[in-house]
Amino acid sequence: MLRIPCPYCGVRDEDEFRWGGQSHITRPGLDATETVWADYLFNRDNPKGIQYERWLHAFGCGRWFNLARHTVTHEILAAYRMGDPKPPLGRGAE
Amino acid sequence: MQSYSLATLLRQSLAGHRGWRAAWRSPEPKPSYDVVIVGAGGQGLATAYYLAKKHEIRNVAVLDKDYLGGGNTGRNTQVVRSNYFWPESAAFFNHSLKLFEAMARELDFNVMLSQRGILTLAHSHHEIEGLRRWANAIQVNAIDSELLTREAISRLVPLLKMDGRYPVYGGFIQRRGGMCRHDAVSWAYARAASALGVDIIQQCEVKGLRLAGDRIAGVETSKGSIAADRVMLAVAGHTSVLAKMAGLRLPINSMSLQAFVSEPIKPCLDTMLLSPVVHMYVSQSDRGEILWGGGADVYTSYAQRGGLPVLQDTVSALTELFPAFSRLRLMRQWAGIVDITPDTTPIMGKTPIAGLYISGGWGTGGYKAIPAGGDTMAYTVARNEPHPLIKSFGLDRFASGALIDEGAASGVAH
Repeated sequence: MLRIPCPYCGVRDEDEFRWGGQSHITRPGLDATETVWADYLFNRDNPKGIQYERWLHAFGCGRWFNLARHTVTHEILAAYRMGDPKPPLGRGAE
Repeated sequence: MQSYSLATLLRQSLAGHRGWRAAWRSPEPKPSYDVVIVGAGGQGLATAYYLAKKHEIRNVAVLDKDYLGGGNTGRNTQVVRSNYFWPESAAFFNHSLKLFEAMARELDFNVMLSQRGILTLAHSHHEIEGLRRWANAIQVNAIDSELLTREAISRLVPLLKMDGRYPVYGGFIQRRGGMCRHDAVSWAYARAASALGVDIIQQCEVKGLRLAGDRIAGVETSKGSIAADRVMLAVAGHTSVLAKMAGLRLPINSMSLQAFVSEPIKPCLDTMLLSPVVHMYVSQSDRGEILWGGGADVYTSYAQRGGLPVLQDTVSALTELFPAFSRLRLMRQWAGIVDITPDTTPIMGKTPIAGLYISGGWGTGGYKAIPAGGDTMAYTVARNEPHPLIKSFGLDRFASGALIDEGAASGVAH
């Protein structure tokens, strides 16, 4: 069970949240090629390590935010609002 | 290859079982191969076997960072079935089921195929209508499927609670579906491939892919570098990690998929049962354990352990449907890392790097695809063109938009 620090509500159980996939993905212009659209829509980094990802506090405040989470240890290294840049991570994070 | 027959068993019994030979060779890697397959799970081993058997390409190495069949092939819940919705999936998975039916004879190995039927439940009128459409689509694809009434289901699975929180309105069954022992499948392919000259190299981790321009040139491993102008990745949950070594980014998210077994009890459940709406499926193993699973954990993970919320959800679904199981003790829980694609259809075939092939995106259903995956990928690697059965499973479908949105891939709604 993850204990997720919602930036608006504080720490809550994983059950209240919905995972929203990789964050910081920029939508291409309308004139982009099919390959660029496919990359935007479907391709993901899927890293073994730290992932910056979106979460929705579905059964809470109902707002989206970002986490920096390690995909092997599941450690949550940062929680920050949508639109904020990737935060610097502490020592021990690669 | 030492044949596994009654005569051999009798001879070995009289000789005190001292004459059994190792089922496969464990050679050191050669400096180069015609084909290198990364990942000695079912898909990798089956591909190696069919390359050697059908295409006479025998200078093949199958590398694994751990022991063979130790990943998802040895962790899944052994389900084999072909009750898929779309014609592309149906043709592919039914080819696979036919190869499972012939496997014990072909590979001279008892794979313990048990076609006990797989029953899908409906808990409302709407679901019955959905299942009827699904079951009819399967019949149109010339695959067996049969709608069952409430009464027939109750007779088939007497322990099932018919009028509980999830009332049973009906269901459909594929009687050719069932279970097949997973370790035996990987061991059978390993033994047969090794006998044909394939080198299976365990504890050999691939650390990098060597490129020469836009072509693959070999792999860097923990046992040195190996040259090969054809390399196939069959690494399940780690497909993205390996593909990144060649600079590729794939439409895959890696998730934990859990399974659970209870303590063993007397035989009481002789069919596979699946309920899409409560997201749970259950069977009883030959050892008597109740074996069940559900959906993948909801976030990406490379940790082979899984989280408690899914355990709680599947256990509550199981005990609602089978109140008799509520007194059982949970004996083991484990997880494998599955590579899930946006349309839950696998990614098979060529990549933008010449000579680099992928057998991945198997998500939660790769085990049942082992024989067909091996057969079609061997064809693809040998001829450098996709086998007709997997033409529409290529990486190019994401740009063209020809997705095969196969909700039946895991038997549940996505």
